[in-house]
Order: sequence, then structure tokens, then C-alpha cells
Amino acid sequence: MWKWLHSYADPERAYKLAGKLLPWFSAIALGMIGVGSIWGLMFAPVDYQQGDSYRIIFIHVPAASMSMSAYMAMASSAFIGLVWQIKAADWAAAAIAPVGAVLTFIALITGATWGKPMWGTWWVWDARLTSELVLLFLYLGVISLYAAFEDKVLAARAAGILAIVGVINIPIIKYSVEWWNSLHQPATIKITEESSMPMEMLAPLLINILGFGVMIGAITLVRFRAEILARNGMRPWVRELAKAEGVK
Amino acid sequence: MQFESFAEFIDMGGYAFYVWLAYGITFFSLGTLIVVSARQKKKVLAEIAKKIQREERLKENRGNKQ
Repeated sequence: MWKWLHSYADPERAYKLAGKLLPWFSAIALGMIGVGSIWGLMFAPVDYQQGDSYRIIFIHVPAASMSMSAYMAMASSAFIGLVWQIKAADWAAAAIAPVGAVLTFIALITGATWGKPMWGTWWVWDARLTSELVLLFLYLGVISLYAAFEDKVLAARAAGILAIVGVINIPIIKYSVEWWNSLHQPATIKITEESSMPMEMLAPLLINILGFGVMIGAITLVRFRAEILARNGMRPWVRELAKAEGVK
Repeated sequence: MQFESFAEFIDMGGYAFYVWLAYGITFFSLGTLIVVSARQKKKVLAEIAKKIQREERLKENRGNKQ
């Protein structure tokens, strides 16, 4: 199995596999986010306390939870790249970083527009919000470190170490609402016990969470393919591709 | 359907500004990310193609001198 897996570290095969997976990821992401958002906006029942303002949850929670998952995926890739020197893993980490940064930005902004009508403020410096802001800075740090070096092997090592060290922030975000007093409400979706949410609200939320996950996959595949081409510009197969598609 | 009319749907129970601001920024930033990401490949290939052309020109010039 390892031998089979290893063959996909070859840039050309990785590029082709990513191209084959991309339409499936895009279609599934588009479908799920479409269904989840329309269901959440139009058909989910009104919240008895928060009225219709709670409908922000259908993008806020997916963006926030996936901003953390994307970070773990990026850090795992960076770890594989550092330890086993698999360049494709470094490129994958570089491809995920901007996607995660945008998701974190969305989580913060939608949180603010939800906080204003419900808490009366766009922002408070409490544990959950601040640690999520730190996550955004970690993403930006990884992106800028990777961009700062001309030698991309060195760049991936530097950015990878920052990504791995930054993992410490993930449990802090996750448990911040339990460890400290916070304006932010604790998790409504629980894996081990029954969720404190009726099924008519939970279903579109779960669809959107999965949809956001698949969407991260799709955008990462697009960026991963471009990253492979950029790092393999001297290889014959990339040069053929550039001759065929790159000339205007 | 939770809303009686389209106008009611847009109004979002009085929270129109906040709800649509959240959804607007979300889909705008995702859209921008997707467009920028999709253009990357073309840019990279164009750069490589330019480099190949430059190399070929250099090779030709070297051939002329001899």
C-alpha cells in the first residue's frame, strides 16, 4: 500500500490525479453549499430567542470549524513534508494556507455581524474571538514565510515549522469557551451526546459544514495543481504543457 | 417555507442588514479566492512559456555567432 501511495508523490501523477478529482469536489461542494444555504435561509425554523439573525450560523459555524480543520490539514502536510521530505506534501500545505486564511476571515466577519445584533458589539477581546484572530495571523505568517524565500525548499521548511508550532492554538480555540468565561456560546453540536438543536436546524448546518469541507478540498486542488507546475518548470512534461497552453 | 412573501424573506425579521452582510461578504470573498486560484495556473504556464522562448532565442543567437 505504501508503494502505491508513494507513486502519487510524483509531481506529474499528483497533478493528473488532482485534475481528475477536481470536477467531483467542485460539483459536490457547490451542491451541498447550495442546498445547505437555501435550506438554512428559507426553510429552517425561526429561533425563538434570536429570531432570523441566527441564520448566520449556517455559514459562521462551517467557516469557523473548517478554518481549524484546514489548519490541521495544512500542519499535517507540513509535518509529512518536513519529516519524510516529500515535496508534494509541502506544496499541498502551501496550497491550503490561503484557503484557510479566507475561511478564518469569514468566520471572524460573520461572527461580528452576528455579535452586533445579539451581543450589542461587533468585537470583544475574549478568549474565543482572540484565539481565532491569532489563527488568522498564523495563516498569514505561513503564507508570507513561504513567499519570502526564493528557494522554495527552504521556504517550505520555514513555513512548515511555523505551521506545526501554531497547532497549539487549535485546542485553545476549541476549548476556549469552556476554559474561560466568554460571550461566545459553547458548542451546539455534540458528538457524544444529543445536540442542543432541533433536526430542522441541524440538518442544513451539517450539510453546509460538509460542503465547506469539500469546497476547501476543491480550491486546494486548484492551487495544488498550479503549485506543482510552478515548482516543476524545468521538467519536460510541464514545458510541453506550457508550450501548448501558456503561449497567448 | 418560513416566510410569507419575498419582501419578508429579504427583511429577515428585521435583521436584514446583518444577515445579508454576513452572506454577502462570505460569498464575495469565496468568489474572489476561487477566481484568483483558478487564474494561477494560467499565469504559471505563461511564465514558463516565456522562459522557454527566451532560452530558444538565446540558443539561436549563439548559433549565429559561430
